[in-house]
Amino acid sequence: MSTLMTNLKHIASEAEYNKVLQENENVMIICGRMGPMCVPVYDAAEELEIQYKHIQFYDMLFDLPDSKVIRGLPECRGFMGLPFTVYYKNAKVVKATSSIQTSEQIQEILNAHF
Amino acid sequence: MNLIASSAFFNEKHEAMKEFDVIILGAGAAGLTAGIYLARAKASVLILDHGMPGGQINLTHLVENYPGIESISGYMLASTMKKQAQKFGCIIKSNAKIKTLDFAGETKIVVLENGDEFNAKAVILSPGGRSRALNVPGEKEFTGRGISYCATCDGDFFQDREIIVVGGGNSALEEAVELTKYASKVTIVHQFDHFQAFQHAVDRAKENPKINFVMESTIVEFVGEDSLRAAKIKHITSGIITEMPIDGTFIFIGYVPNTEAIKGVVALNEWGEIITTKKLETNLKNVFAAGDARDTDTRQITTAVADGTRAALAAMQAVLQ
Repeated sequence: MSTLMTNLKHIASEAEYNKVLQENENVMIICGRMGPMCVPVYDAAEELEIQYKHIQFYDMLFDLPDSKVIRGLPECRGFMGLPFTVYYKNAKVVKATSSIQTSEQIQEILNAHF
Repeated sequence: MNLIASSAFFNEKHEAMKEFDVIILGAGAAGLTAGIYLARAKASVLILDHGMPGGQINLTHLVENYPGIESISGYMLASTMKKQAQKFGCIIKSNAKIKTLDFAGETKIVVLENGDEFNAKAVILSPGGRSRALNVPGEKEFTGRGISYCATCDGDFFQDREIIVVGGGNSALEEAVELTKYASKVTIVHQFDHFQAFQHAVDRAKENPKINFVMESTIVEFVGEDSLRAAKIKHITSGIITEMPIDGTFIFIGYVPNTEAIKGVVALNEWGEIITTKKLETNLKNVFAAGDARDTDTRQITTAVADGTRAALAAMQAVLQ
């Protein structure tokens, strides 16, 4: 399995990751597994994707070797809870969170940064 | 691969619908079951959830005690229940924030913060519950940075590290044993001098050489920098506080009902649980309750499903009157 079973767009390699960030101004990437703390975040993102059309929502399987591009981010240092959710503006990280987030918490970040 | 039916389609399709036979507040096992029964009986049903459908099932890694299904992930079970409810015609609205509830009259009125107003002849309250937090300094700050409420999700971040498990029930002791697959040492911190867990769970934990116990104690603060570094533990009887260096903490101290939005609307007990009759009636006519938020001593997926069924049948009778 190289992608997650969600309705979000998937990133499956470092090359795809770089392409997404180069081609889009506002990006949110959820890096996780199909686990109990991750699924609610994917679900929330799927709902918010309809509302926030100026933001691109992606997921990436945590166990992919290429997910080091997210796991290794300085902003994710100290993270010990899945999923790692990273928000990018012009390819730069503006916010990163660890573990489950509610839709409200995600919206707060989206509204603040995008 | 599209495995999850999008409720957005249903919401757009039924945007104009404001009046329903039954409104269900909460889309966990109880609410979705009630929706399946009612919609299959041709009632018009709106299910509102403050978060995402599935409730606590979503947070269950593996379900192995649901009759008829040998083993299934909580996510898949919740997803299937949601699709089943939608297939029969339930409209499911996620992230629905309640503004006001008026259940006193014959017509039950629900107003959301976004201004949407919905009416129904009957209501089923099934808001479910959530993990109880310690509510001590540092807990929010280090959640996801050393503090977790899910061993199966985050256990492998603690390979060869020393961790604390807080709690004395079945979940705490069983997860502590599970976490010894990763951690070099697990310390169970519990507020009483005995455990509430079943004896076999206690025995398994006590037999595990990686597990030790700190009894009659509670965590009063978490400290660290980028991630959790230590927990301050208070011995309850002596009042002595010691700082234990630690890499992680897993908290399993039960659940609290999600009844804040219905406080003052229906009768709740001292723990915030909805008081019901044997027929799952609340103190208000044609308002029923089901699932973990109800005043009950058993909280399982199967009991929530049973509650949902009974509440649906009771609500159906009310609608037909």
